[in-house]
Amino acid sequence: MAYSDKVLDHYENPRNVGSLDKSDPHVGTGMVGAPACGDVMKLQIKVNDSGIIEDAKFKTYGCGSAIASSSLVTEWLKGKSLDEAAQIKNSAIAEELALPPVKIHCSVLAEDAIKAAVADLKAKQTDKEVA
Amino acid sequence: MTRSTTKNHFELFDLPVQFCIDPDRLNQQFRKVQSEVHPDRFAAASGAERLKSMQLATLANEAYQTLKNPTSRARYLLQLQGIDTQEDSNTAMPGDFLMLQMEWREAMEEATDAHDIDALERLLTEMRKSSSQFQQDLQQQLDENRAYEQASGTVRKLSFIDKVQADIEQAISKLEDA
Repeated sequence: MAYSDKVLDHYENPRNVGSLDKSDPHVGTGMVGAPACGDVMKLQIKVNDSGIIEDAKFKTYGCGSAIASSSLVTEWLKGKSLDEAAQIKNSAIAEELALPPVKIHCSVLAEDAIKAAVADLKAKQTDKEVA
Repeated sequence: MTRSTTKNHFELFDLPVQFCIDPDRLNQQFRKVQSEVHPDRFAAASGAERLKSMQLATLANEAYQTLKNPTSRARYLLQLQGIDTQEDSNTAMPGDFLMLQMEWREAMEEATDAHDIDALERLLTEMRKSSSQFQQDLQQQLDENRAYEQASGTVRKLSFIDKVQADIEQAISKLEDA
């Protein structure tokens, strides 16, 4: 299958690969997986005191489209608030990368990873407020 | 012809509708159905009968492939119960399981980069162990407890294990060919 230039670019030069400190109260971690293709994605975001995402890292095991989808969203996430981040839709990712229909689930994986990371961070912040 | 295209895969081979099956019996029954619907037997038959035998032959192949593999057999049993395992739409999995997936993938990548076939073989053994554990779980969940939602979660995990196992096998054969 032919990958689009944008997928190839992210696949060959993935942005923001790595990990952030999971126990940091400013870091949210989202892990998701797609049983159908065996892809696993870990996405982490770090917010500053005003709740803006200042860093994002990912680690993905999967096909080129899954890696490109996660790489792309780490770029998009920086500078966004949590609510803005949670609004990123898989359709926008798929469109930007020109993903073919069989690879749409890779963009779904990235969207779900963002949501999971945001939820993790919000849960951490709520805990802190209670405590 | 007594066989019907409306039977489920287990019924087609006169097998009990359950996860635990006798592989020898499945093979025998498959060959039996295959010979019954062989095109040679329908050379002189009507067009309608020939068509039906062809449909049955296709169905028998599909049924055999589905039942032979434990993951697809369990998935199919759940389908018969109206349960979709959502393997391409639902990305939520237990965190510790995904963590383990990451670790296995990393170990596989390191071993592949180091051309360490022994390490890959060890990983493969671990996968097989994990796979047979999940198959035992499925037998209990499907045949004994009828805990279908739980079984659905196990199928989703087994699906990952299958993929990792296939990828390790591919990595090993690539290294061996190199």
